[in-house]
Amino acid sequence: MYDIKALYEAQSVPHAIELLLEHPNAQIIAGGSDVLVQIREGKRAGCELVSIYGLDELRGVRYEEDGAIRIGSLTSFSHITRDPIIQEKINVLGQAVDQVGGPQIRNIGTIGGNTCNGVTSADSASTLFAWDAVIELTGPEGVRRVPIQDFYIKAGKVDLRPGEIQTGILIPKVAYEGYQGHYIKYAMRNAMDIATTGCSVNVKLSPDKAVMEDVRIAYGVAGPIPMRSATAEGRAKGRPTTAEEIKAFAQTVLEDINPRDSWRAAKEFRQHIAVVMAERALRESIRLAGGVIHE
Amino acid sequence: MSNQYKLVRCTINGKQVEKMVDVRASLTDMLRDDYRLTSVKKGCEVGECGACNVLINGESFNSCIYLAVWADGKEILTLEGLAGPNGELSDIQQAFIDEAAVQCGFCTPGFIMSATELLQAGREFSDDEIRKRMSGHLCRCTGYENIFRAVKKTMLRRLGKNKEADAV
Repeated sequence: MYDIKALYEAQSVPHAIELLLEHPNAQIIAGGSDVLVQIREGKRAGCELVSIYGLDELRGVRYEEDGAIRIGSLTSFSHITRDPIIQEKINVLGQAVDQVGGPQIRNIGTIGGNTCNGVTSADSASTLFAWDAVIELTGPEGVRRVPIQDFYIKAGKVDLRPGEIQTGILIPKVAYEGYQGHYIKYAMRNAMDIATTGCSVNVKLSPDKAVMEDVRIAYGVAGPIPMRSATAEGRAKGRPTTAEEIKAFAQTVLEDINPRDSWRAAKEFRQHIAVVMAERALRESIRLAGGVIHE
Repeated sequence: MSNQYKLVRCTINGKQVEKMVDVRASLTDMLRDDYRLTSVKKGCEVGECGACNVLINGESFNSCIYLAVWADGKEILTLEGLAGPNGELSDIQQAFIDEAAVQCGFCTPGFIMSATELLQAGREFSDDEIRKRMSGHLCRCTGYENIFRAVKKTMLRRLGKNKEADAV
């Protein structure tokens, strides 16, 4: 038995909002692979829960009218990986979330939960940052949309107001069309582990494939929240796809990232692998985009 | 403490059932305590070891971090549901015995349910894919190689590749 004071099951999004306003101290539970574990650990013992897990309308991936890709917040990691729209347009996201925990965790874990708990190591977050994802929140005052970079406030804290739930994650058409990307997770083991550092890179090449028209890079565990490296992006934009430019890009990430010492790894080690991952992920992105790297 | 109960109707191992369930219960609690399905092991209870793994609508879930009330309307399969009407072992269970993939046996039901999800896909997986699909379980006895062989052999046999299975 879990140490839960009360459980309220939402029957619809408006009902969820109503329940949250009625029970302001209640914790939202989606798949529960974080929340239920925290209850077991005693961190949330005796809490009230508002369960949104039954809201099937928040599952699945589809196109919006303007061509944006909408990922319902309760879509599980395994369903994202298998989704044909994701495979065609942002395959790297499917690959990234296929590295979360183990198979059972990927069946219960949701992308909404992964982003709402505000953790820097979330395998989905760096790729969502790197693809300019927009978070859709629905609350008592209606729907608002927030760029993911503004959604994360600080470690463990996201811009989720009283009565609000996250209902979807959108990838605008301009953000995915013509881009190819790659994610690298560095961890101690291949399964059931949290990223020491994660790095997601994507690139848009010129029509002749010789120039990097746009490069985007984001990290998990390179700071208290997931982050982009704008300086490195600016360094690579408009440059030719040469080994030298890629190396220079990778070195530049050190100007932006701010990893810390933890029991998982030292700051210097994280800085080292961040550079190596940036180089490897950009190389792979260029290859996926049909480019050739001139050594 | 809560005295909140909810009626949970679901299908367990092919049989339609319903019971009033304490909302604080995990699916492990419900399956073990209310339905006496003790193949569903209580291991870590935080979703790390995979001993409580069951299939819900054909996908594997750690039932220890799944609220029992969420099972309402779902189809649940536990290890008990794999055996035949007179307790005959299924091919994957027999393979675990033949390959000595069982020592203390605590992790076995969980592993076999993940193997069941893999086998239900009806296609051949590479060695790496099998390892990845079985990676949500901890075994402290066998060292995994025998478990891997049991799964691979059963997969090949189900695809009619008996010779290849014998060579594994």
